[in-house]
Amino acid sequence: MAAIEQRGAASDRPGRSFGDRISMRTKRLLWVWGFLALPILFYTVIRFYPTFQAFYLSFTNWDLLRPAKFIGAANYVKLFKDPQFWKVFKNTFTYLIVGTPISLVLAFVIAFFLDRVRLLHGFIRALYFLPYLTTAAAMAWVWRWFYQPPPIGVINDVFGMLGIPQQPFIRSVDQALFSIMVTAIWAGLGFQIIIFMAGLRAIPTTFYEAARIDGLGEWAILRKITLPLLKPTTVFLVVFSSIGFLRIFDQVYNMTTNDPGGPLGSTKPLVLMIYQTAFNSYAMGYAAAQTVVLFTILLVVSLLQLFILRDKK
Amino acid sequence: MRKATLFAGLVAGFSTFAFNAAQAVEIEYWQYVFETRVKAMDQLIAEFQKANPGITVKQVTFPYADYQTRVIAANMAGQGPDVMQLFYGWLDKFVSGQLLQPLPTNMFPHDKIESEFFPIVSAMKRGEDYYGLPTAVRSLALFYNKKLFTEAGLDPANPPKTLDEFVAAAEKIAKHDASGNLTVAGSTLDMGGQDHQWWREVLIRQFGGTPYTDNDAKVAYDSEAGIKALTFYTSLQLEKKIGQAGFMDEGQAAFRGGKAGMTIDGTFRLGSFKTIKDFEWGVTELPANAQGVRSNYASYFANGISSKTKGEELEASKKFLAYITSPAAMEIWLKTVGELPARRSAALTEANLKDPVYGPFLKGLEYAHTTLFKDEAAQRQNAIDMANRVLLEGQSVKDSIKQAAEAEQEIIDAAKP
Repeated sequence: MAAIEQRGAASDRPGRSFGDRISMRTKRLLWVWGFLALPILFYTVIRFYPTFQAFYLSFTNWDLLRPAKFIGAANYVKLFKDPQFWKVFKNTFTYLIVGTPISLVLAFVIAFFLDRVRLLHGFIRALYFLPYLTTAAAMAWVWRWFYQPPPIGVINDVFGMLGIPQQPFIRSVDQALFSIMVTAIWAGLGFQIIIFMAGLRAIPTTFYEAARIDGLGEWAILRKITLPLLKPTTVFLVVFSSIGFLRIFDQVYNMTTNDPGGPLGSTKPLVLMIYQTAFNSYAMGYAAAQTVVLFTILLVVSLLQLFILRDKK
Repeated sequence: MRKATLFAGLVAGFSTFAFNAAQAVEIEYWQYVFETRVKAMDQLIAEFQKANPGITVKQVTFPYADYQTRVIAANMAGQGPDVMQLFYGWLDKFVSGQLLQPLPTNMFPHDKIESEFFPIVSAMKRGEDYYGLPTAVRSLALFYNKKLFTEAGLDPANPPKTLDEFVAAAEKIAKHDASGNLTVAGSTLDMGGQDHQWWREVLIRQFGGTPYTDNDAKVAYDSEAGIKALTFYTSLQLEKKIGQAGFMDEGQAAFRGGKAGMTIDGTFRLGSFKTIKDFEWGVTELPANAQGVRSNYASYFANGISSKTKGEELEASKKFLAYITSPAAMEIWLKTVGELPARRSAALTEANLKDPVYGPFLKGLEYAHTTLFKDEAAQRQNAIDMANRVLLEGQSVKDSIKQAAEAEQEIIDAAKP
């Protein structure tokens, strides 16, 4: 206490030590930066340095064994000429463009109605949240068995009982991607529901009361009050879920371990391609180029979404 | 009693400690984690240290998925193992990356290697030098479910010997439900398992071709024989309906579950199949073709010495490598891991050849081929895709083979150092 009093009075008196000569404001700043230095240092070493290193590597032919040699944009030229890359690119965007809207609409509908349920509310919410807590690898394996052809696949068994023709699911080039997407949507649903519900609860009830007094119908309330006021939540979830789909890996890898990203590459996302290039073929330079492309896509998609969904003032 | 052993241990510990202080050399041995392999190596190390009191060997293991990366990364950091295990298919990469040093000819003379080991060790030779030697080798055989054989009216003591008999037996075993779904497979179809090796090194040769030429650097299966071999393979599902790719997820799972009459798999599957309780199974040689031509695919993990090992450690490493590739070590390995000895004398003993399980695998070794993969994962993927294009997309066998051959040639060319 004494120190503080002294400091306040003696800040510009000459002949004191350094600590006393700087102002309160500077001191506070020093403290703040002192604390921030640690995470900044951490991030610089763990995140930023490797990121820049990856940019550099993408212009080399590094294969772990021999020293990296600068080869200009050859990796990028090879990548854009590679038909597999364009297939993977298409797959990744299918995950994004189909997965994100479906998962958000589903999450919103469930959150909207769950918000009104009083009976067993906590229990139902927990049930929806449970998949989010489960390891993706474990879930992927369970689903993988669900999708099996008869006699062991549960879904096909049910289809058989109902007289619906058997489906190949993850053994089909047309159905596999969507079969995997369903599991990814299901896994992320719990989190999105919780966030949506928090957003719904944050809307002041007075708005609803006023609207009802004015005689607005449920549909109008939803359109004019709930959705606009839920916008910050929606923006967050759109960006969050998009990044999730663009980076999808666990589900795909675990559901197709025998033929990763198969059959015939029909489920392979960009991240899996990067993994295989780096850790199966050890073409680190080429993998780094793919990583830079993924980074650019993530950046552009996120900025675009923030721009489209920004508040128009 | 326990106190006595404890005391003995202590004394032993102190005495080796005292001895080591005088001339202790510690070398590191690296391999991937596989319970029986680690156990067998522990046993070999114990035996080796007993015979060579001045040397201690430290075993370091990593999960298989990480193993190759670890070895390469550790080499870059200059902290690799002294003696390491490597898949024969990684040799090109390891030699061009200067991870290994050639085996010294004074201790491992070439004529001895060539006369005493199975010919497949030639895959460890680059130029004039051998870069490693295996303790054990693996080959393929046909596993069959005796219970399903009996149920289908087949003689479980007389498994199929030719491809025709194989198809006939599979057709008898295969069962379908009313809507045509496979419920019991005659034989498994799993390109991602060992079928791609079967197709590449066995079927193509049996239909009169060769998979590669020019030391496996040139793809040669875009031929009549290649087409016939793939037609045979895909017809098992498409026409004869004896099996289905993806049935019960994996071929080995279907066989384990008692839902497949036959499966082609390697010695490394023995440990897993030995725990099967529901039915008895047998092993027989891979079926021959009508002219009696047989082939097999053999592979192995070899042991090599790091290029960074020098001086005392190098001497110790040489001794250790000589021991773990000795007949005595191979016997321990066979008993613990179930993999076949890499030396003829240790493998082709009367007892081994008569063994109902090891016998067929050992016979296969005599005529086995070893593909010199350039990028094993990519080449395997290529074979999976080739079959899938026919099975799932209805592409013609001819086109699929052509596409696969071109793609594989590209993979091989790209992997050239």
